[in-house]
Amino acid sequence: MSSPDQESRLTQRLLLTPAVSTLLLWMIVPLVMTIYFSFIRYNLMQPDASGFVGWSNYEFFITNPAFGDAVFNTLLLLGSVVIITVTFGLALALLINDPFPGQGLVRVLLISPFFIMPTVNALLWKHMMMNPIYGVLAQISVFFGTEPINWLQDLPLFSVIIMLSWQWMPFACLIFITSLQSMDKEQLEASSLDGATFWQQFRYLYLPHLARPMSVVIMIEVIFLLSVFAEIFITTSGGPGTASTNLAYLIFAEALLNFDVGAASAGAVFAIILANIVAIFLIRMIGKNLEN
Amino acid sequence: MKIKQLAMAVAGALTLSAASIASAETELVIATVNNGHMIEMQKLSSKFEEANPDIKLKWVTLEEGTLRQRVTTDIATKGGQFDIMTIGMYEAPIWGKKGWLKPLEFDASYDVEDILPAVRDGLSADGKLYAAPFYGESSMLMYRKDLADAAGIKFEGRPTWDQVAEAAEKMTDKDNGVYGICLRGKPGWGDNMAFLTTMANSYGAQWFDMDWKPQLTSEPWKNAITDYVDMMTKFGPPGSSANSFNEILALYNEGKCGMWIDATIAASFITDPEQSKVADKVAFAQAPQKATDKGANWLWAWSLAVPESSKKSAEAMKFIEWATSKDYIKMMGEEKGWGKVPTGTRASTYANEDFQKAAVFADAEIAAIKSANPNDSTLNESPYVGVQFAAIPEFQAIGTAVGQQMSAALAGKVSVEEALEAAQKAADREMRRAGYYE
Amino acid sequence: MFGSYEWNKKLVIRTVASWALALLVFFPILFMLVTSFKTELQAIAVPSLWVFEPTLENYTEVQDRSDYLHFAWNSIITSVLSTILGLLIAVPAAYSFAFAPTKRSKDIMMWMLSTKMMPAVGALIPIYVICQKLGLLDSVFALTIIFTMINLPIMVWMLYSNFKDIPREILEAARMDGATLWDEFRQVLLPLSMGGIASTGLLCLVLSWNEAFWVLNLTSANAGTLASLVASYSSPEGLFWAKLSAVSVLAIGPIVVFGWFSQKQLVQGLTFGAVK
Repeated sequence: MSSPDQESRLTQRLLLTPAVSTLLLWMIVPLVMTIYFSFIRYNLMQPDASGFVGWSNYEFFITNPAFGDAVFNTLLLLGSVVIITVTFGLALALLINDPFPGQGLVRVLLISPFFIMPTVNALLWKHMMMNPIYGVLAQISVFFGTEPINWLQDLPLFSVIIMLSWQWMPFACLIFITSLQSMDKEQLEASSLDGATFWQQFRYLYLPHLARPMSVVIMIEVIFLLSVFAEIFITTSGGPGTASTNLAYLIFAEALLNFDVGAASAGAVFAIILANIVAIFLIRMIGKNLEN
Repeated sequence: MKIKQLAMAVAGALTLSAASIASAETELVIATVNNGHMIEMQKLSSKFEEANPDIKLKWVTLEEGTLRQRVTTDIATKGGQFDIMTIGMYEAPIWGKKGWLKPLEFDASYDVEDILPAVRDGLSADGKLYAAPFYGESSMLMYRKDLADAAGIKFEGRPTWDQVAEAAEKMTDKDNGVYGICLRGKPGWGDNMAFLTTMANSYGAQWFDMDWKPQLTSEPWKNAITDYVDMMTKFGPPGSSANSFNEILALYNEGKCGMWIDATIAASFITDPEQSKVADKVAFAQAPQKATDKGANWLWAWSLAVPESSKKSAEAMKFIEWATSKDYIKMMGEEKGWGKVPTGTRASTYANEDFQKAAVFADAEIAAIKSANPNDSTLNESPYVGVQFAAIPEFQAIGTAVGQQMSAALAGKVSVEEALEAAQKAADREMRRAGYYE
Repeated sequence: MFGSYEWNKKLVIRTVASWALALLVFFPILFMLVTSFKTELQAIAVPSLWVFEPTLENYTEVQDRSDYLHFAWNSIITSVLSTILGLLIAVPAAYSFAFAPTKRSKDIMMWMLSTKMMPAVGALIPIYVICQKLGLLDSVFALTIIFTMINLPIMVWMLYSNFKDIPREILEAARMDGATLWDEFRQVLLPLSMGGIASTGLLCLVLSWNEAFWVLNLTSANAGTLASLVASYSSPEGLFWAKLSAVSVLAIGPIVVFGWFSQKQLVQGLTFGAVK
């Protein structure tokens, strides 16, 4: 005989089952197939050549001269976009938290870049904003009499970071706005009456309250940013040279430009390993924020 | 209650979309590239459906890169999603040889012999035609007549690269935003490497020697790339390493480029007053030569093919026959104007007087296409087929990797020599992996 | 609309700054909207035109060429269904993580997130082959399932974060009063976390709506969503910015309008004052 309390605990556990089992299936099957592909010779363009090849796909992928740059760029991209989006997202969320005329409209305007499809985002920035001759940014430079910046050629990775930040800042902002709604207003007012400065409030009231949403934003962004490639493909094709090649782009190039499924699968396995390393670091750094 | 209603709605929606698949008539799914001529074909295809009421056409229109990924994945995994695929001269012979495509056979009235021989050869493997060309293109030099006249430059026939470099210097007027020469720089085997291969060809270079050894560090490649980088740095527009066809087209139509060497199809855009500010100031010449004129201009044809996995090949071929026929070109010319017909496929098109009158670029285009020979495109003998590519499965990987190095050299991140060294290594890596040599 | 505010210097600065920043962030979209009413030649003009005779030709061209409603319908079906399905699975899971955590909860959550770590393109061929074997290529059903799967970890995480904001005492009090799990959920949890559930739902809706990789690679003639409509207008040979702008406006239009209407619910669902 189980106690009612145990019974409810059991029910609560059972609630997990659908999510865990579907995800397990969704993950295991492709993962096993990917690992399998990573050990055979499999090029879509040459299906006749097949067979077990041991570690040679891994060797081929890792000895790619672009590999080192790709790992570095992946982490740089990840780090900068996360820092930029969380900082600006937080600042904006705090700025528009209290009522002012047109608050709702401002909120929608700020969130809207997140609605733009990634391919459109990339084309929009590449052509209409960053083109060194007819782009808006170049026109602004010319207006102020300075030399237009050659964004995609001289600052390729930074350009991609700008595009991604523009897209993901609204995400961070939205989460923070939602979370700020549950701030204890009385506590805030009390601290104001006690003469607390904004920075004190920020440090001792806002930041602790936002710690968990911040962790969640970081986690989710990390996951998405680790596998960014469409924006890079459209704007710079990873170039010039390997200046804007990241790991996901390298895998994309193996899989869908070279159609080398074997090498791409080896790359995918490597990407999973890298992602898990990043995740472990993250857990160390922000994991405790997830609890209460 | 609410949940039940929702479930019903969900089930209804799903069956609805499933039901639309199962209809009585034969449905052909056509994967095609989103270029202008294809869009016109899609619009005109209702005429085909009227003539063949038992056939219903469904279109999947994609941008070039996505289309290539999509159809390659599908044909290689025998996905069977498409009855007709739009492919190019790179894919057709490789896929045909593998038995992935159905050989095309047409009635005598179709007049296969009318298809330009270079194009026909490029789309065949082992003597069988595997794809029917819908429109073809070569590359040529398009320049601003007004700027050339002002600078006292005259281009006749096929200029040399030295003449082009000199002209670029004279036409450049950066204070007024005019750049002497605009060329592709965005990495990709179909982007910067398509152009750079033709330029290198004309310098006497080749991708592989007869032992399939990559030749990227050879003297002709070095000279070609050095001249390219030099010219673009001095007289080209900023940001060239991200420019491909469309980016340059926008610059050209805005009047920012003196010369441009690119696909002949561009001629129809830059001479169209609705799109171009310089429509009446454009003139054409053949792509430049240096050591040779062999392979100095490329050859490409967007073509329709039937995958082996299609269960509706008879209907599919019927459509291909319609879309690539002389009648289609005639219909297009009469309905939309002869300046807008798909070109580069049939000799009869160029013989048509209406076409000659409407298309100012017709002579230059046919001359360019006729001078391109995929089987003999390099100064020294090569083992591969293709002008601006080598029709081997490994080429996409190699072309992409080499293209990245060239864009790095153009952006000034590495020297030309370093870039070619790295490119050679990348090519060698792929060829070794594929087992061409030990 | 200005009457109800007590104007002071701080409010003025805040209002001006908020509007300035919002417009700055929104500017590229505004630019795209304006471009969609230009001709192709006007779209590449230097300097950019702000005063011109607007044309609808891009929009008519899009409607001429493709069946917008077909794509929009597929987008609505796949994103709405996958969001609902995702919430049905994720809410119970997040509830369990938030209110009945065990030692392994964090590991399981981490693992869930890690299912998203494999780059989609690495799994393309396996998924393609599976879909083909099951006859699910080019089906709305398969897309719905895939959208649900790729969003599920994010939904669980966001909901978890949100549920954690709810004081456990409230739930325990309800349980003391003899509420069943269902009552507890409907009468206590749901009202308190409406904002979080709504924003989770909206984000998943947006992510599904904008998902392009799987749509482009797994659909052909029937199940394509607006993402594949956009793909058919991106980067053809020739000038395309005005037409692409028009099709993008059409593609994001419904979801922006939806976001517009729902933003109040999004941020005002959670009112703690009421329960304290």
